[in-house]
Amino acid sequence: MAARKTTAKPNVSPEELTQYYRDMLLIRRFEEKAGQLYGMGLIGGFCHLYIGQEAVVVGLEAAAEEGDKRITSYRDHGHMLACGMDPNGVMAELTGREGGYSKGKGGSMHMFSREKHFYGGHGIVGAQVPLGAGLAFADKYKGNGRVTFTYFGDGAANQGQVYETFNMAALWDLPVVFVIENNQYAMGTAMKRSTSTPDIYHRGNAFGIPGEMVDGMDVLAVKAAGEKAVKHCRAGKGPYILEIKTYRYRGHSMSDPAKYRTREEVSKMREERDPIDHVRDMLVQGGHASEEDLKAIDKEIKAVVNASAEFARESPEPALDELWTDIYADA
Amino acid sequence: MPTEILMPALSPTMEEGTLAKWLVKEGDTVSAGDVIAEIETDKATMEFEAVDEGVMGRILVTEGTQNVAVNTPIAVLVEEGEEVPDQVGGTGAAAQPAKPAAQPAAAAAQPAAPARVEAARPEPDWPEDTKTKKQTVREALRDAMAEEMRADGDVFLMGEEVAEYQGAYKISQGLLDEFGSKRVIDTPITEHGFTGIGVGAAFGGLRPIVEFMTFNFAMQAMDQIINSAAKTLYMSGGQMGCPIVFRGPSGAAARVGAQHSQDYAAWYAHIPGLKVAMPYSASDAKGLLKSAIRDPNPVIFLENEILYGRSFDVPVMEDFTVPLGKARIWREGSDLTIVSFGIGMTYALEAAEKLAEEGIEAEVIDLRCLRPIDTAAVIASVQKTNRCVTVEEGWPVASIGNYISATLMQQAFDWLDAPVINVTGKDVPMPYAANLERHALVTTPEVIEAAKQVCYR
Repeated sequence: MAARKTTAKPNVSPEELTQYYRDMLLIRRFEEKAGQLYGMGLIGGFCHLYIGQEAVVVGLEAAAEEGDKRITSYRDHGHMLACGMDPNGVMAELTGREGGYSKGKGGSMHMFSREKHFYGGHGIVGAQVPLGAGLAFADKYKGNGRVTFTYFGDGAANQGQVYETFNMAALWDLPVVFVIENNQYAMGTAMKRSTSTPDIYHRGNAFGIPGEMVDGMDVLAVKAAGEKAVKHCRAGKGPYILEIKTYRYRGHSMSDPAKYRTREEVSKMREERDPIDHVRDMLVQGGHASEEDLKAIDKEIKAVVNASAEFARESPEPALDELWTDIYADA
Repeated sequence: MPTEILMPALSPTMEEGTLAKWLVKEGDTVSAGDVIAEIETDKATMEFEAVDEGVMGRILVTEGTQNVAVNTPIAVLVEEGEEVPDQVGGTGAAAQPAKPAAQPAAAAAQPAAPARVEAARPEPDWPEDTKTKKQTVREALRDAMAEEMRADGDVFLMGEEVAEYQGAYKISQGLLDEFGSKRVIDTPITEHGFTGIGVGAAFGGLRPIVEFMTFNFAMQAMDQIINSAAKTLYMSGGQMGCPIVFRGPSGAAARVGAQHSQDYAAWYAHIPGLKVAMPYSASDAKGLLKSAIRDPNPVIFLENEILYGRSFDVPVMEDFTVPLGKARIWREGSDLTIVSFGIGMTYALEAAEKLAEEGIEAEVIDLRCLRPIDTAAVIASVQKTNRCVTVEEGWPVASIGNYISATLMQQAFDWLDAPVINVTGKDVPMPYAANLERHALVTTPEVIEAAKQVCYR
């Protein structure tokens, strides 16, 4: 873990900072609730929680503009909430209900929103990387100035298609930000056991793609790096790589006992580097929010999350007819 | 001792070519490695080098001559001061085509097929008084892409060698000139990556045509085709469609070995979310490809290298399309139904012709599409003929023929007078040796034998 870069003068207003706090807290509480519903048997299959990584998506969404696209892997709940998708629709998809974003047919790993320019939700490690470059290809073809955030993990960074994509993205100057969410474990394999060199962003050098390492536990550092990357892409200079060092507190999925790391390692990260506490401290120490203000926000978020759980439990299961719909679009 | 220079085979599927230009004249001294002529193959214009040295004694085939069969003597090389003997050219075995064995039925069926279209086409794909022209499958495919690219600016073509090289099999000839490098895009050799980029571009609102130099290479991209292209509409509850065409040759070419000779019909037909077309004729190649490009779903378009150079009647129409999922009856008959698709039609039609000579009238159905698959057309035919043989080049296990057989058993059991026979490629990887390859593929005699068997003849 890189040492925390102190953001000397945060280039944000108190209102923005408060919004980031709110957005990160929503993801944290939502994921805790999802974990709870999983334990109750209301959510099945694979469920990959984003707890600990919240600053990554919230920081990058702060750098995005309307119309920019995003695509990610199966650890996708945070990305959806951060880009403004409805928590009710996300939670109801987790429970496999009619009110879910995919009408219950996608599940935790497969949700999409054309309205919010969220392109999934992909379950095969690394497959979203060429897809994200393809979205950027379409934007460049149309000349609309949009940028695509293509998220993948340190594990996916060892897939061959990632480098096939780097080559073409650089060759064709595609407006894509490759966001490597390095949470340091590819499922149960620590990076040093899977990855030949410690800095994944250096791999862009082989293709002439600039990149940098970012402290993913600091939302402002992520935002600043995101703004730089987006500016590069929008200027027509091609792709950019951000390797964002982060940490997931929970297992790879709900069924992962996480025996590959010590309890102390996780506790230390939670206590010393928590991205939400970090913003909370900035708000309080900067005099932008009182404990009471923050409590009010907590309460508000809790209500949103509880409502989403309620919605997800009450939304009916999809009608059996749904089995046979959406296989083909009408010609 | 004079040496005959023979018309060379300059591609795996070349059976004849045009002697475009002589670069030497009679009396010139020639060294091994000298370029002596330009020869147009079914794919490209190639330089032809001398193998032996000597003096160009006599040019037997003048430049500009078309349809010169492979192995025809085209010139005679003599030694310095040697006379050119009178008896040269057309001397026995040398004049035979190089690979009569690999595709015997193909060569024989070629001239006959278009004629039969006119004779027996109960459900024409175009109005009766429409003018037609002879066109190769290759030209028809190119025209289909060009017409759709003119009509819709979101349609683009990407793949290996599609632009500057003009297509490895010359399907995209001329497209770069007309549409420019923004819409006709050479990719690196990186199937998994560019397939994913194509699928992403389709999610992003474009209508890509992704060419695989051959479908053998698409196995590298299988995950993107199936998990990303085919399933996303469903996984997104109908929000995110993938309008894309994956096209290229599938199946055996000629003598290219196991890794380059595989029929993917059954593989892709298995997948819900994909549509799969596999045309035989040029008109179907054109009409189906235009429909595929317009379709809002991912379409696998399986072509065949051997069929690329075949000519068929294609209607001269402003906008000719063939709907996906509708079979075509090529030949009416009352004694049995032969169901095939793609290059299998070559054997099916040739067998039908020979069976007719023995008094057995076969109805020949070209499925044209394998998903959706027009089982209704097959059932209707079997209700008339009561017997059925399927023909395909792919392997026998979990084949298209198996599916047709099962469907007939379930939905037309009472009409069947004999078990359905599936004539398929043999259950082996494709061998290289000419004789083994010939036996690995479907043959016309096998189709004839199966037809007689279901007719108890």
